[in-house]
Amino acid sequence: MREIYLDNSATTQVAEPAAKAVYEMLVSCYGNPSSLHRKGLEAENRITAARKSLAKLLDCDPAEITFTSGGTEANNLALLGVAEARARKGKRIVTTAMEHSSVEAAADRLEQLGWEVIRVKPDVMGHIDANEVMAAVDRSTVLVSCMCVNNEVGTILPIGQIVKGVRRKNPETLVHCDCVQALGKLPLSMRRLDLDLATVSAHKIYGPKGSGALYVRRGIRVLPRQLGGEQEKKLRPGTEAAALIVGFGVAAALAGEHLAEDARRIADLNQEMRCRLLSMPQVVINSPADALPAVLNISVPGYRSETMMHFLEERGISVSSGSACSKGAKSHVLSAMGLDPTLVDSALRVSFGRYNTKADVEDFVLALQQGICTLAHR
Amino acid sequence: MKEIILIKTGEIALKGLNKSSFEDVLVKNTKWRLHSLGQFKFRKAQSTIYCEPQSDDMDLDEACRRVSHVFGIAAFSRARVAAKDFEDICENTLDFLGEELEYAATFKVEAKRADKSFPMKSPEICRELGGRILERYPHLKVDVEHPDVLVMVEIREAAAYIHGKQLPGAGGIPIGTSGKAAILISGGIDSPVAGYMMAKRGLELCGVHFASPPYTSERAKQKVIALMEKMAEYCGRMKLFVVPFTEIQEQIRDKCPEELFTIIMRRFMMRIADQVARKQDCGALITGESVGQVASQTVKAIACTDIVTDLPVFRPVIGMDKREIIAIANEIDTFETSILPYEDCCTVFTPKHPRTRPRLDLVEAAEQALDADRLIAQAIAGIELVEIKR
Repeated sequence: MREIYLDNSATTQVAEPAAKAVYEMLVSCYGNPSSLHRKGLEAENRITAARKSLAKLLDCDPAEITFTSGGTEANNLALLGVAEARARKGKRIVTTAMEHSSVEAAADRLEQLGWEVIRVKPDVMGHIDANEVMAAVDRSTVLVSCMCVNNEVGTILPIGQIVKGVRRKNPETLVHCDCVQALGKLPLSMRRLDLDLATVSAHKIYGPKGSGALYVRRGIRVLPRQLGGEQEKKLRPGTEAAALIVGFGVAAALAGEHLAEDARRIADLNQEMRCRLLSMPQVVINSPADALPAVLNISVPGYRSETMMHFLEERGISVSSGSACSKGAKSHVLSAMGLDPTLVDSALRVSFGRYNTKADVEDFVLALQQGICTLAHR
Repeated sequence: MKEIILIKTGEIALKGLNKSSFEDVLVKNTKWRLHSLGQFKFRKAQSTIYCEPQSDDMDLDEACRRVSHVFGIAAFSRARVAAKDFEDICENTLDFLGEELEYAATFKVEAKRADKSFPMKSPEICRELGGRILERYPHLKVDVEHPDVLVMVEIREAAAYIHGKQLPGAGGIPIGTSGKAAILISGGIDSPVAGYMMAKRGLELCGVHFASPPYTSERAKQKVIALMEKMAEYCGRMKLFVVPFTEIQEQIRDKCPEELFTIIMRRFMMRIADQVARKQDCGALITGESVGQVASQTVKAIACTDIVTDLPVFRPVIGMDKREIIAIANEIDTFETSILPYEDCCTVFTPKHPRTRPRLDLVEAAEQALDADRLIAQAIAGIELVEIKR
């Protein structure tokens, strides 16, 4: 049976050059990057190259990149590390109600510790109003954390405007952006966006799982979450996952090369699918028209997400119901958008990637139609 | 939206008959620096150089950042290009400077009319444009003394230019206008700063580094390369000559009195650097020596090392405190790399009690035990050349 993978926002397959680089690191370039001898230096040099590659994709200085075990760790480091470093400067954190669970949970923890957390709500289409974020920022606001692209519906947040607004309101407030879903799909420039911190992850850009990074603008103090040696300027000590980091670097370089073409192709696939779905009265499209084409969130009211998902899976199609990390639990994002419970219960997320084709769109639509016809529903 | 970069030359404007050739070097250097961003056209007019991007989607932010590191530029600014038509000028002014004006309290309009065929005279332009600005931003007030925003409009032959905020340039004079010099670079904090300071006065640099494996590591060499790559941001491309120094250091240790180790080592370094410099057509040597910082850098000690070369030795940080040197190192982003802890050869065979006021005759006598010419020739024969780019 043909594999039709339409869950690229959950994770992506590793691009062959990245996989090869990882393998080579594992079997030949296996030195500890902190070792003083040549074997260690070789591994360190490969990490330096990966850092440079990622910095190029993010348009920042390599010294501003700290490698972590993934996006979740980077988000935790950003929120908890900045809050701890700036505890004396204020007491408020501003974020949105549609962040990834790692940002949400870190913000909840800060709230428990006594911080005031403001969660700006999206409108029914999933948009966040930059003015509302700005309004929530006051003299005691230490950090604003907003994602760039929402992982469930694909909405693109107005990060440039948000940063400008925050700077006017309070020049001391730091801005963090979870760019995990945006990397490789939108051109991102840390410099142009004037961001202080940003999170990225390898496994969303055809790199290996287990590697992510936190961009920290030069001069900003973040306290580490784990303690130990001197690696990553002590911000993230521990022997580096050199193989995975190198894979990340290769994936980053490829992402830069393919960005425009991937975006074009994926936009076409999204359009094609929307067209077909529009002619199916039982299907509701949740993602707004201006969302990132890579993500298409739909609902088929009356058909439970998980049931439809398994039906599709039997036909070789992988999509998401809710967000992957919550293992199928109800989407807090769709609820925050104020969507009707029937839509939330039947939501499916289709997410396109570099290796999807028109045939994938065809097969998905056909299978969905079949599911609608054959499955028991309310 | 067409934007250009306006470059104001500083000292060059004072160079009289040489002005044109200095400017040519500046244009050449700037062209080279911006080369990877795309094509730029350069035009000279009085003390301003107009730098025009030839394609629409040029990364002008990055271009400005690079321009701010080119020596020979006193100040620069971005300018929006408008048609020589009042409405177009107004529209572009409001668009280009809109954000600044929105958040400012006061402004002033200045106009220069180089093209006398333009129908409005300068005071009229100021008045009318000022009026339009006040219409759009009624919260603003005019302040002719210290305005928050200075709206400068220049009407020239080709177009009208609306100037943005003027930003400071790197100062100095263009690299290459003062000739070449060889810098002894150790990987410490001082030598990159010394290099930067001399490059600022127009010197093209090449580096000389002494490596003593296995006493010093490959990482130490990489650190020096990384430092020079940081310096290249200001100094342009450079050649780095890595000199194998192990045998010389071991010979000194075996045959010379301990308290003279460092001073004799530094004399060998200067002799080798002198030869490399001459071969590369350099007119001077540069070191990061500062008086009193370490035992080998006392006045008498420096006199002992100075004497082995006929070339002038520039020591730009000789009168500076460590604190001041570190401030510059941070500015040029070499400090963090300099403090990486890889052993460099100067510290390898440190005497327990170095002679701080060496007598030249005794030093020369101690050196007799060594076959200096052979050692130096061998070291020079084993030099590794590394090309440094940004």
